[in-house]
Amino acid sequence: MLDDEDTIIALATPAGVGAISVIRISGPSSISSVDSIFTGKKKLTDASSHSIHYGTIDDDEEIVDDVLVSVFRKPNSYTGENSVEISTHGSPLITQKIIELLIKIDGVRIAEPGEFTKRAFLNNRIDLSQAEAVLDIINARTDASLRGSRNQLDGLLSAKVNELRDILVSTSSFVELELDFAEEDIELIDNSELIKRIDKIVNEIDILLSTYSFGRVLRDGVNVTIVGQPNVGKSSLLNYILKESRAIVSEIPGTTRDIIREEITIDGILFRMYDTAGIRTSDDEIEKEGVIRSRNAVKNSDLILFMGDVNLLFPEDLFNELLGLNKPEHIIKVLNKIDLKKDIGTDADVLISAKTGEGINTLFESMKNRVFQNSDYSEQSAIVSNIRHYNCLKRAKESLMNAEKSAEEKMSGEFISVDLRTAENSLAEIIGVVTTDDILNNIFSKFCIGK
Amino acid sequence: MYDIIVIGGGHAGIEAASASARMGCLIALISMDKHALGRMSCNPAIGGTAKGHLVREIDALGGIMGKIADRTGIQFRMLNKSKGPAVWSPRCQSDRELYSEEAYKVVSSTKNLEFIEESAIELVAEDGKVKGIKTQSGRFIEGKTVILSAGTFLNALMHTGLRSTSGGRFGEKPSTGITESLEKLGFEKGRLKTGTPPRLAKNSIDWDVLEIQPGDENPQPFSYQTNISEFPYLPQLDCHITHTDPDVHKILEKGFNKSPMFTGLINGVGPRYCPSIEDKIVRFSEKKSHQLFLEPEGMDSDLIYLNGFSSSLPAEIQLEAMHKIKGLENVEMVRPGYAVEYDFFPPHQIDNTLETKLIQGLYFAGQVNGTSGYEEAAAQGLMAGINAALKVQGKKEFVLKRSEAYIGVLIDDLVTKSTEEPYRIFTSRAEHRLLLRQDNADRRLMSYSTELGLIDKNMYKEISIREGIITAGLDLCRNTKLHAKVVNEYLELSGSSTIESSETISKLCKRPETQLKDLLKLDGLDNNPNFNSLINNHNALRQVEIELKYEGYMKRQQEAVERLEKYEKLKIPLTLNYLTLKALSTEAKEKLDRVKPRSIGQASRISGVTPSDISILLVYLKK
Ligand SMILES: Nc1nc2c(ncn2[C@@H]2O[C@H](COP(=O)(O)OP(=O)(O)O)[C@@H](O)[C@H]2O)c(=O)[nH]1
Repeated sequence: MLDDEDTIIALATPAGVGAISVIRISGPSSISSVDSIFTGKKKLTDASSHSIHYGTIDDDEEIVDDVLVSVFRKPNSYTGENSVEISTHGSPLITQKIIELLIKIDGVRIAEPGEFTKRAFLNNRIDLSQAEAVLDIINARTDASLRGSRNQLDGLLSAKVNELRDILVSTSSFVELELDFAEEDIELIDNSELIKRIDKIVNEIDILLSTYSFGRVLRDGVNVTIVGQPNVGKSSLLNYILKESRAIVSEIPGTTRDIIREEITIDGILFRMYDTAGIRTSDDEIEKEGVIRSRNAVKNSDLILFMGDVNLLFPEDLFNELLGLNKPEHIIKVLNKIDLKKDIGTDADVLISAKTGEGINTLFESMKNRVFQNSDYSEQSAIVSNIRHYNCLKRAKESLMNAEKSAEEKMSGEFISVDLRTAENSLAEIIGVVTTDDILNNIFSKFCIGK
Repeated sequence: MYDIIVIGGGHAGIEAASASARMGCLIALISMDKHALGRMSCNPAIGGTAKGHLVREIDALGGIMGKIADRTGIQFRMLNKSKGPAVWSPRCQSDRELYSEEAYKVVSSTKNLEFIEESAIELVAEDGKVKGIKTQSGRFIEGKTVILSAGTFLNALMHTGLRSTSGGRFGEKPSTGITESLEKLGFEKGRLKTGTPPRLAKNSIDWDVLEIQPGDENPQPFSYQTNISEFPYLPQLDCHITHTDPDVHKILEKGFNKSPMFTGLINGVGPRYCPSIEDKIVRFSEKKSHQLFLEPEGMDSDLIYLNGFSSSLPAEIQLEAMHKIKGLENVEMVRPGYAVEYDFFPPHQIDNTLETKLIQGLYFAGQVNGTSGYEEAAAQGLMAGINAALKVQGKKEFVLKRSEAYIGVLIDDLVTKSTEEPYRIFTSRAEHRLLLRQDNADRRLMSYSTELGLIDKNMYKEISIREGIITAGLDLCRNTKLHAKVVNEYLELSGSSTIESSETISKLCKRPETQLKDLLKLDGLDNNPNFNSLINNHNALRQVEIELKYEGYMKRQQEAVERLEKYEKLKIPLTLNYLTLKALSTEAKEKLDRVKPRSIGQASRISGVTPSDISILLVYLKK
């Protein structure tokens, strides 16, 4: 069910385009929500409409990015509600991180397609013809969801969620049976059996939840960060891959300040490659900013190419620092410039030359393997690839845990049912069915009821 | 000219007539036999799970069902007592004859209410407005409004084996003509069936071998107005239990080729929750035995109602099978079971006031709307009566929300989902179940009935005083702490873990092992003047205890209510033409056009209407 009291969030600029990304948040708690993760000169909750603020977005004391935040107060915003726009430095890693931070806040959720415009219309901010366009968008979505099974990923997931929901409905039936048909001589489910059933569903949901990082990768691509000391050849590798020089190649250490990214597809999987300024302390202000940003990039990467130069000593301390930021299984050790030296003693994962292209295919192979290795993916597995689905599953799990707690405390069925039903609704949201009669229907078909 | 004409004197009709008459309207109650008022055509019992809730609500709203049931009950039980308070449900066995007599007494002593002992054969309407009715004798009776509550009598057919007789109840004629005149006006009709089990001669049963099911030791009345010191009015009786077995099933199977159900003679759809014995055998063939209840039909009655053995098989098969049942080896069957088929009007054709969408001033209530059960019928009758009266008086309609009452759930379900089988209320149909308890029906509803003039003002005064005690009591319990040395002995005794220093009464009360009344005996609280009024008001004490014990769950349901409320408030004009909204899915268009929901909330409950359809509706509504 849609809810206008929710605060909604979405990326306003198309993903992966331009140096700056804008995240748009609209709804009653938009300003306070952003304020809760923002540090600037002034509290956003005190800011006037149409004011712009410089500051940082923080995740538990740690800086995620420095941003510009624009505050719009109702009714003078696009949607007519309180809203906020956050401009970040364009890295999808950072925008994703910020969006994730915000939807953790109660009452904030990802916007449905066309929802900002719909709100704008409902608040009389746009006219009829514009509204018609919105209907088309919503309509297009209806069509898409009707054709849902067309998309293999979604098809498998909705089949799985349907299956879980069926188990949940039949579990609920047992609980309801005891309440509505107390007089019947039917076999009732005992408490430990009930807990076992709920547990089983929770486990299945856990498995689905654990596929999310992989699912996201399949849908949105793998974020790869290239890390290494200046001049080891990071930009050259990117350039080689892309055969175009968007990164600045230079002989002066430390000039690749901003994160620069390119996309390549290897066997159907999209890899988004980021070159960073290297993890290095510096007194230079501009350099410092770059360092912060790349640390965050590393933290949020799915894969890291740690690059060294065969001619130089392996930078152990930098590597150790890296290990503190991400998991070892996400790091591939690459040694570059093998065209200059052949006798290599280090235990690198892959040896390449960004100049001649030697070893690059092996590098691709190894990147792809890492992605698959980190998951138990098979063609037939249901995979969660959409943050909305992920959140629904997480909520379903929470409700089920509450129901389990009630069952353990030997509460009567109607209390357990409160949470079982909430869980059911959360699952139903994923597959887009809204029915309340399923439990009774299940009871009528499975149990001999009626004196 | 009457203000309201009520067709049919069943449980819906008498509530409708009685309530609207007390609201000051002039009523004509049309019934073929005035001594058949409030007749129990099926089992002689009132209440049960969720149905008991309905009776309590009807009573809180000033209806008559609870009072009549209290006067004529011969066994009272609170069902589900081992469960939480929300699903406790009162039920009673009634003396069938006395019930009708009492109904007659109540109705005949009501001012402004006239009986007309006739059969209505036509509904007269003009320009979409109701005008009155025509009776069998050719008389035209003029009415500002008409409430149709004809029960199962419309074109009724009774079946036993392959023999069918027309009639809505044993020995009573059907009502014909009404359906046809309504169809002419554009109403869509459907056909349902229901069944009833055989009636047995009391003295032919071997009672000694049967399992006894007694009533409660401290029976509780349905009605808030029943004086507990005089209750129960009648001596209390036991019910008995027996079972079928494979031998019984084998005999019944012999008759399947003469079953009106299995041979296709009956077209009406029966209720899945109340199947005939032959249905149970077929659909649940793995079940070797079915439970049967032997219920007395009355204090002095020689009849026993064999609950659970509803059947439309040939009479001789029914008897032969019963002779194989323990305790019934020599039983005499006074009347075989039979199935009744009757017309109903799929209830998407009515609005939440029970007024039909097609004809102004015409109301449908009870089984004509596809429900089963006396309680469901009475609830609708009451609401139709109230709304017809309000309409006649030019006042605002009265609709209960799903979050306020089972009555609200019942009517909203009918209107939004329509029904294809006889509809019965269940606690699981109420999404706000924890809040809709039988113990708080008065708190939920009596302010309405007071305002409508259906309940004595003094009664409401009592409630207001109690509300004050409850609010103050909750405060006291949340703010008063008990010390370990005062409370630990009690905690230990009741099997709960002891505390270290001190704890509020409200926290201690949340433990499943504790009882509020016991906690309030500690630390001299029973002599503390602050606690006096709470301790002395049993009813208030119970409400405080429930609210404290289940606080977390109730809060969650309350929040859900508030979340949904907004959508209930977003009204949709009945004139909206869904078929022209091209963005809607075809299924949604059809469903919405059929139901014509009043609010976005209601629209969202229609099956087949998706969240995107709702978004689209929201946008269009803004135009
Ligand atoms: N011979 C050789 N030179 C390389 C190779 N890769 C990069 N270089 C050179 O090393 C220098 C630094 O490269 P660059 O890509 O800017 O390093 P970054 O600072 O890590 O991005 C440039 O002069 C490149 O031409 C390689 O594989 N072989």
